[in-house]
Amino acid sequence: MKMIALDSSGLVASVAILEDDILRAEYTVDYKKTHSQTLLPMLDEIAKMILFDPKDADAVAVAAGPGSFTGLRIGSATAKGLCFALNKPLVEVPTLAALAYNLFGAEGLICPIMDARREQVYNGLYHFENGALVTDEDQRAIAVLDLAEELNAKRPDSVILLGDGVAVYKEQLDSLLKVPHLYAPANCSRQRAASVAAYGKVLFEQGKAVRGEEHAPVYLRKSQAEREREARERAAGSLRGES
Amino acid sequence: MNGHTDILAIETSCDETAAAVVRDGTHVLSNSIYTQIGMHTVYGGVVPELASRKHIEKIDYVIKAALEEAGMSLEETDAVAVTYGPGLVGALLVGAAEAKAIAWAAGKPLIGVNHIEGHICANYIEHPELKPPYLGLVVSGGHTHLIIVRDYAEFEILGRTVDDAAGEAFDKVARAIGLGYPGGPKIDAAAKKGNASAITFPKAKVNHSEYDFSFSGLKSAVLNYLNHAAMMHEEICREDVAASFQRAVVEVLTEHTIRAAKEYGMSRIALAGGVSANSALRDAMRGAAVKEGFELFVPSPLYCTDNAAMIGAAAYHEYLRGTRSGWDLNAVPGLRLGER
Repeated sequence: MKMIALDSSGLVASVAILEDDILRAEYTVDYKKTHSQTLLPMLDEIAKMILFDPKDADAVAVAAGPGSFTGLRIGSATAKGLCFALNKPLVEVPTLAALAYNLFGAEGLICPIMDARREQVYNGLYHFENGALVTDEDQRAIAVLDLAEELNAKRPDSVILLGDGVAVYKEQLDSLLKVPHLYAPANCSRQRAASVAAYGKVLFEQGKAVRGEEHAPVYLRKSQAEREREARERAAGSLRGES
Repeated sequence: MNGHTDILAIETSCDETAAAVVRDGTHVLSNSIYTQIGMHTVYGGVVPELASRKHIEKIDYVIKAALEEAGMSLEETDAVAVTYGPGLVGALLVGAAEAKAIAWAAGKPLIGVNHIEGHICANYIEHPELKPPYLGLVVSGGHTHLIIVRDYAEFEILGRTVDDAAGEAFDKVARAIGLGYPGGPKIDAAAKKGNASAITFPKAKVNHSEYDFSFSGLKSAVLNYLNHAAMMHEEICREDVAASFQRAVVEVLTEHTIRAAKEYGMSRIALAGGVSANSALRDAMRGAAVKEGFELFVPSPLYCTDNAAMIGAAAYHEYLRGTRSGWDLNAVPGLRLGER
């Protein structure tokens, strides 16, 4: 079973090629260059290095959101284009589940956080049970304050935090959290296509692949124009309600 | 791969998700378009984030339809072309990432195409006999350029707008008189029922600059007229405003174009871009061309507004010139005419 995996959901651009249980190649860059300039050249380079013919791929896995809207679409459009040309299925891997998979087998609660701006993070809560990833809270956009309160209420033995939200909210979390917590080290703290591939393979074997044309990223947030329009309509509705 | 050059072209620069297969730069084997206009209408204009979201939902279906309609598999095509600018960056990125991945996985050459050049090349679809040099007028929601097309990919800009694009002025005036979005076709339709001499609006000229345009002053004149009428509690006739505004735009476009053709000794004139679908502009240009003895080329309305067939037509000439884009091809929202 051969799989191409992509993650461009955040600051990191990452590509990987998996063959059964072997990670044949991975290329990860966390630098400010735009993903549209890096992602496909990186895939091209690792494919050449391991003499990989894309036609041999059985599926393409992609970090399917949440994340940066534009970053997600670069990954999704790349994955869709690959699937279209190769006529192979696409595996939608939730970005935060893939991040949690960086810490396979870890004890305690796994809490990936991605900076979502506006005092919020994209987050889900996970733990491992007999080698399987278990979702305790589905991925969502949540205020940092609410997340800290939720973690304190759950009173887990330990929490491991990771993701690009750590750099932004570490101080705040240190002061808010009343439960033992750790921060993941650099080798597993941010998006890695290897984790998208490894967890993507699990989903693929569960029969959860889709056709490329059906895929669109999960944003977990409406566009600003939609939010403003809804707010205007609500305001107009409440005015009408009063009269 | 059959003695012909068949190019799969993809276009997502604004609010149309489009794909086409074009043979030898002139024969449109398919032209598939998903238009998002309905979705953007409630916002009074294109919302970039929503446009990008819709592109990624629709793009595979549109490409699939283009190949099916052409009766062709991806393997049978010779190259993949895509618009990489100018346009909305998020929208462009969807098409660019998709096209790059398809070309890479299928082992096809990739050709990045300039959207404005695509509009110009739309003329070759129905008029393969049109060859450079000729005078071109490109008018759309984002562009207003008076140019000499020296060669297929060589352009000399004689004039351009110093503020709003012509199509932008149509949209803004349409909104001001309550016709809504998209302004071009709405004003065109309303103007047919109005009197174009009812109100005298200033022409969209620029002082000391022979071939440039300025539509912002004209737009302000329309707004002033509407404000004045509102203050005096006078009824306005929307059809008359539409017709008088449209006449002011059309006259300056036509005058500049004819004068440039004479000065530069061009016998052929070609129109391009969404605004060249405007019936008053087409009529005025036809009349002036006949009177002055110029040969006029105007694409069918389908090829004036955004489509991928025009991108395929432009890509063909790039293909012949040996243009090949790298896997690092990026969206360039401010890409200029003639820029590579």
